[in-house]
Amino acid sequence: MSELDLTADVVVAGGGPAAAWAAVKAAEAGADVLVVDKGHLGTSGATAAAGTGVWYVAPDADARAAAKASRETLGGHLADHAWMDRVLDQTYANMNELAEVGRYPFPVGADGAQIRRGLQGPEYMRRMRTRVKRAGARILDHSPVTELLVDAEGAVAGLAGYRRQHDQSYRVRAGAVVLATGGCAFLSKALGCNVNTGDGALFAAEAGADLSGMEFSNAYAIAPEFTSVTKTAFYSFATFYRGDGSVLEGAGSQRGRSVIARTLLSEKVYARLDQATPEDMLAMRLAQPNFFLPFDRQGIDPFRDLFAVTMLAEGTVRGTGGIRLTGFDCATSVPGLYAAGDAATREPICGGFTGGGSHNSAWAMSSGTWAGQGAARHARSLGSRALARTTHGLGGAGLRPAGTPGDPSAFNDVIKAVQNEVIPYDKNLLRHGDRLAPALSVLDEVWRDVRASLHGENGDVVRARSAAAMTAHARWMYNAALARTETRGMHKRQDFPDLDPAQHHRLLTGGLDEVWTAPEPAARGGLAAVAS
Amino acid sequence: MIEIVSRDRCIACDKCIEVCPTDVFERGPDGVPVLARQGDCQTCFMCEAYCPADALFVAPQSHRLPAGSELLDEARLAEQGRLGSYRAQIGWGKGRTPGAARAIGPALPGAGPRAPLTS
Repeated sequence: MSELDLTADVVVAGGGPAAAWAAVKAAEAGADVLVVDKGHLGTSGATAAAGTGVWYVAPDADARAAAKASRETLGGHLADHAWMDRVLDQTYANMNELAEVGRYPFPVGADGAQIRRGLQGPEYMRRMRTRVKRAGARILDHSPVTELLVDAEGAVAGLAGYRRQHDQSYRVRAGAVVLATGGCAFLSKALGCNVNTGDGALFAAEAGADLSGMEFSNAYAIAPEFTSVTKTAFYSFATFYRGDGSVLEGAGSQRGRSVIARTLLSEKVYARLDQATPEDMLAMRLAQPNFFLPFDRQGIDPFRDLFAVTMLAEGTVRGTGGIRLTGFDCATSVPGLYAAGDAATREPICGGFTGGGSHNSAWAMSSGTWAGQGAARHARSLGSRALARTTHGLGGAGLRPAGTPGDPSAFNDVIKAVQNEVIPYDKNLLRHGDRLAPALSVLDEVWRDVRASLHGENGDVVRARSAAAMTAHARWMYNAALARTETRGMHKRQDFPDLDPAQHHRLLTGGLDEVWTAPEPAARGGLAAVAS
Repeated sequence: MIEIVSRDRCIACDKCIEVCPTDVFERGPDGVPVLARQGDCQTCFMCEAYCPADALFVAPQSHRLPAGSELLDEARLAEQGRLGSYRAQIGWGKGRTPGAARAIGPALPGAGPRAPLTS
């Protein structure tokens, strides 16, 4: 079938909340918008399947100050107050807009007022899809992006991809591109995250953009063993046990996940939500019905029965590393390219730690809003020149092998090889230079093969590109993790267990065949006003 | 992992083919969707939430179940009211109250002043 050839002022890649908000706000700014998603806008990504709390804080000086202070130490003092202020403002506005324009059915508290601090995923994203369509944006579902297009000067001028359900490639020439493709969870089957293979970071790096915070990429979430349900809030009510029934001391959901991980290396760990009152139990079912699916369907009573738990890798989905932004318009270091949501670094609002939920959801709707508006402005500034440009595709690894194309099903082996280096707790979560360095050597070797020969036929081009993106992501992560010779945020080095005041800076990373890492220059304003 | 597409219940609306984020379903020869790429299922339960006919069942295990497993027994699951149970819990479907409107969770231990978790 011949290629589908489209144009737009702004093309948004992604299908989660950041993509949806970017599309709505770019369209409201007057742009002709096209959304292209790997899956289906409305069900794709971590939010739709899971649901989320939201960093929704009333514009009261004391409440805002407390909100900002609450995670500064956890995040290793790498956040930025100007960004936090702007995200708190934008999130407050967007949540109110969801209630008033989107008619989201927020629950009503005892005082008669709506409680707007959380969102059930399916309801939120179903309504966002409707908003996107009503704003006039077009949507191409099941149409993963495979590469960016650039003009003769290297400015991003569109993208190309593959329509899975039509076995057809497509191309979109556009004034600007927003990457809202999510983080990378390495196909760990963490809830809703298998579409998040770090594709956006690969595309951005191929265009020359840099990344930041890639050492903050070792998030793991608790789930009942053999299941996908990585909803962790209710483990605050849990006690964790060893197989012999004794309490696993120091284990916990918020602090103490590393104790669980260390124990899981050699034996099973069990949990029971035995600290919940009968009232809590009822409220939990109303708040998060999906939390109970693994229990109800296996005949487990999580309040009375011990159940085995595992921890699933969430990489940069609940980590904070991603594409570096150059300003409040969510531009990247490449002209015409914008990033939002988990594809972008979340260090500006939470430094080196999120735990997901609240901050990530606030970031998705805020950065999505700004990236959409910024991209619309950029496209407008180009005027009719935008679509007159001659473009070429940038896709390398997995798309255009540098050497002789190899076995077209080799992506399966690449995925397994990468997972083997980034998923084990003793490599990624419990970090030590003696284990990170050999893991990185393996990943460098995998990359050389990927670059030389990996490709995919027809729809498998998407799988090959995802495998290449995961390989690149893992190498940025471990390069940054080796460069940060201290413990800060979620990045904990067993060989450097203390915080080093001399490393109070963000780490930039980039490159493909040759990966580089460097401290962010203070002149860029990253941490100019932060003390510690 | 998605295990059951009920041939009795399916109304051949293609909704699951449309909404599955990992493109697991394909239209079968008689219109009833088939699990063309079951191994790609990420156990996110979204297809169940969107199925208007309560015809799908996602087992909570993220790997394939062995033959003979209770969770593969459609008649038994139907009898237990399991088919469509997630859709009912989130209050989707005609005449139901959206679950989001009732989602006031417990205050988490150690979370300070009462801060109900709404999702």
